[in-house]
Amino acid sequence: MLKDNIFKFSAIGIVAGWLFLFALLPLLGIIVFSFLQHDANHFYIWQFTWQNYQQLLSLPYLKIFWHSIKLAFSVTLVCLILGYPFAYCLTKLTPKYKSLMALLVVIPFWTSSLLRSFAIITLIQANGIINTILLNLHIIHQPLQLMYTNLAVLIGLVYNLLPFVILPLFANMEKLDLRLLEAARDLGANQLTVFMRVLLPLTRSGIFSAVLLTFLPAMTLFYIPDLLGGAKSLLLGNVIQMTFLSARNWPMGAALGISLTLIMSLLLIYYLRSTPKQQREAL
Amino acid sequence: MKNNIIEINGLCKSFNGEPVLTNIDLKVKRGEFLTLLGPSGCGKTTLLRLISGFETLDSGQIIIAGENMAGVPANQRQVNTVFQSYALFPHMNVYDNVAFGLKCQKIERVQIEKRVMAVLEKVHLEKFAKRKPQQLSGGQQQRVAIARALVNEPYVLLLDEPMSALDYRLRKKMQIELKALQRDLGTTFVLVTHDQEEALSMADRVAVMEHGVITQLGTPRQVYEKPENISVASFIGEANFLDTQIISANDKRLEVAIEGKVIELKNPRKFTKEQDIVTLVRPEDLKVWSINEVEQGDKMYRAKVEEVIYKGSTVDLIVVLDSGTKLLAAAFFDENDDELLYKIGEAVWVEWYPGWEVVLDKNAQG
Repeated sequence: MLKDNIFKFSAIGIVAGWLFLFALLPLLGIIVFSFLQHDANHFYIWQFTWQNYQQLLSLPYLKIFWHSIKLAFSVTLVCLILGYPFAYCLTKLTPKYKSLMALLVVIPFWTSSLLRSFAIITLIQANGIINTILLNLHIIHQPLQLMYTNLAVLIGLVYNLLPFVILPLFANMEKLDLRLLEAARDLGANQLTVFMRVLLPLTRSGIFSAVLLTFLPAMTLFYIPDLLGGAKSLLLGNVIQMTFLSARNWPMGAALGISLTLIMSLLLIYYLRSTPKQQREAL
Repeated sequence: MKNNIIEINGLCKSFNGEPVLTNIDLKVKRGEFLTLLGPSGCGKTTLLRLISGFETLDSGQIIIAGENMAGVPANQRQVNTVFQSYALFPHMNVYDNVAFGLKCQKIERVQIEKRVMAVLEKVHLEKFAKRKPQQLSGGQQQRVAIARALVNEPYVLLLDEPMSALDYRLRKKMQIELKALQRDLGTTFVLVTHDQEEALSMADRVAVMEHGVITQLGTPRQVYEKPENISVASFIGEANFLDTQIISANDKRLEVAIEGKVIELKNPRKFTKEQDIVTLVRPEDLKVWSINEVEQGDKMYRAKVEEVIYKGSTVDLIVVLDSGTKLLAAAFFDENDDELLYKIGEAVWVEWYPGWEVVLDKNAQG
């Protein structure tokens, strides 16, 4: 009995302590920093101010927010459009092919995402593989300008984040009773109705996990816009990185970070509000 | 023609080269309760799924209400299915589950409400319209599934082992309810089951299936009392098979040797001397007598009681003939026979009511 309790307490305690030390404390620190002042010689000065948050509402920052949200939204949407049907088809494969395909989805994780992003450069640069093939096939006569565009950033982000859409959706759809889809067909529903009224509502939680796992990283994976977008494509993640490391303005960086967390929290609250409790439990 | 709501002609279906259904001919009459009965793997569920449109046939045709169903997808067929595990939509309440089919047909909201409430009343669930399926008992969930199918007023209601998830008592109750509902609505029901009791007690006609063919189609009474082959006889009910040699045969009578005794049997199936036959006697048609009850046993068989199984309303006896053949006999308690309490090892006489035996061709198909 005592042994059991010691095990239980230490199992929970270690993780809780870890989270407290390395997640909660830094978060609290960032909240505190975001209300501090800054000057050229100090990372921060112990003096309260709203100034950092006021600056967030200035036009350059708002532009970056708008650009980041737009891009993150596009990335998430493209990922869902590519990943949703894929995950659905995955559930219909025989067990052998199912695990093989799931493995293929995971394999890219075995190499660093930074390396893989460099690999994308070799694909899309002016004398890269895509352009060379298209030129040799005489489909184009001038190399396509892909590098340093928003499209390149989109490609890079979608490529890096696609597994985070496929895996939660797959886990969600695996539990789905396929007879429900048959039942809907049997009751006279066409393909669109089956999708809209049965499949989509029943995979809501999977879609939401996928969105959570892609939307935030899409705004913060700073090295991908750095590598593929050049200086043109500034995302929130890049700005946070630069504010902390180049401008050495910790309070401003902290305020930016907190604003990101707020965006995510709003998303979460929206989900919890829009889904009845019962349904969240059922799924 | 007009009396058949479903006509199936020469239907064949195989999965990965494995034949599942071979040359099925079946006509379902308008308004009847037909049961497809067979062991698991006999193809009965596949046949149901072919009718509902979830599988495509290899050859043959399915005609529903005079219309060939080739190429018609499941959602455009006027048949509805009650699934084995009900497949109720977990994200909708009872009302929305039942209304689903009508909404697909784009029927007016007022009409939908009227029809949904009417059908819910029929299955006694009008008070549960706002509940989620998960909040209902197994029996209630099944009634929702039936209501959800019936509200569309299908030509045929297909039921895929609908009782298998229910406990024994509830199953009995639902069988009676379902049969009453079918009689009341006059809708054609096609029910798939492996439970012979269920098949016999509910159906107007039973199609017995084995290895992808229909081995007999008839009323419950016909398939039980007049099985056409050994397969049907042994699948439905308990059966004793006795090795039989024909000594002589004419159109009316057979002279046969069974277990060393020469006896005469009726010959309604016109067997000839060359044929291999076997005699079927149901346990309840076997009569067991104590030695001291019988004065002249020359028409009976000597046997020994091997096992006595008390079942409440009946007593089953396993008796062994002198030749070693084991027979099962079921005896009912009644006032003129309280001598049912046999002891194990007791010597007895066994006979059957003459004429209640069924003579079957040993080599018959099935």
